[in-house]
Amino acid sequence: MESSASAPRGHGALRAAFKASVPVLLGYVTIGIAFGLLLVKSGQPWWLAPLMGVVVFAGAAQFLSVGLLASGAGIAQIALVTFLINARHMVYGLSLLDRYASCKRWKAYLVYALTDETYGILTTVEPPAGADRESFYAAVSALDQSYWVLGSAIGALIGAALPFDSKGIEFALTALFIVLLIEQMRSVRRAAPYVVATIATGGALLLVGPANFLVVAILASVLGILPFRKALS
Amino acid sequence: MNPYVLGAILAMGAVTLLCRATPFLFFMRRRPPAVVDFLQVYIPPMIMTILVLGSYKALSFASAPYGIPELAAGLCVAALHLWKRNTLVSIFGGTALYMLLIRVL
Repeated sequence: MESSASAPRGHGALRAAFKASVPVLLGYVTIGIAFGLLLVKSGQPWWLAPLMGVVVFAGAAQFLSVGLLASGAGIAQIALVTFLINARHMVYGLSLLDRYASCKRWKAYLVYALTDETYGILTTVEPPAGADRESFYAAVSALDQSYWVLGSAIGALIGAALPFDSKGIEFALTALFIVLLIEQMRSVRRAAPYVVATIATGGALLLVGPANFLVVAILASVLGILPFRKALS
Repeated sequence: MNPYVLGAILAMGAVTLLCRATPFLFFMRRRPPAVVDFLQVYIPPMIMTILVLGSYKALSFASAPYGIPELAAGLCVAALHLWKRNTLVSIFGGTALYMLLIRVL
């Protein structure tokens, strides 16, 4: 695309992207603050929080890694957990294949920065008439990432600077999972996945204990749901 | 920087990027197999169930405060979310209740 013509249209795309991303601004900054606080309170330096927002940029996996890093879990185990938590992103990409097919300049960045929330915006909000689509997609993605990095840094700096009694702040992670589970229950109204996952969790806790149950439970539930494929479709 | 932490976050970043790039690398021209369509729907609810149950795995009902702060705060999160459906209100309300309960019980 020619830069002379895309400059004013790119500006319109940025304004529209900011408007579309305001809900994510509130969410990412506050949840980023919680993440930064948790990470610093687990003994890591403050700058690791924003650095992870750039290197990893995946909220649920970053939250889970706090405990794994603190307990010295193996890098292979951390990588496997990250894969299992982020495997859902493969699905997001599938439904954006057409939308991103015409993108060139920002395509690599768009793929790298595809989070749940950015996916949510890009699949529900249309760029304004006349605005450059690719600029709009890139602006939404970059704004969302900047909110996450900013929130993480704020939380980590607060945690490092103020010796306030933050005992119990880690419950924010449990709360986040409960919220996400309720959202899943609203959209997937079948009993099988919840029952299979509960049995898999119980079995994994009994078999390998609380320290290593996560990977075993996820793998067992994926295998356990396969026999229900016919019944569920 | 601690080489263990550096290695861990580089691995996490590489795996995350791999997950995000997979469909663009492999399914530009052909449809993914049907089992992918099935798993994409059912893996997320299973993972969330595991993560919620996992959060409660260390709960002790045998000694004070008998897991009351965790259970009450979890119910608070669920109730707030069913009522307001505002993620921030649900998370902050439940966490505030938890931080209060572990100090007073």
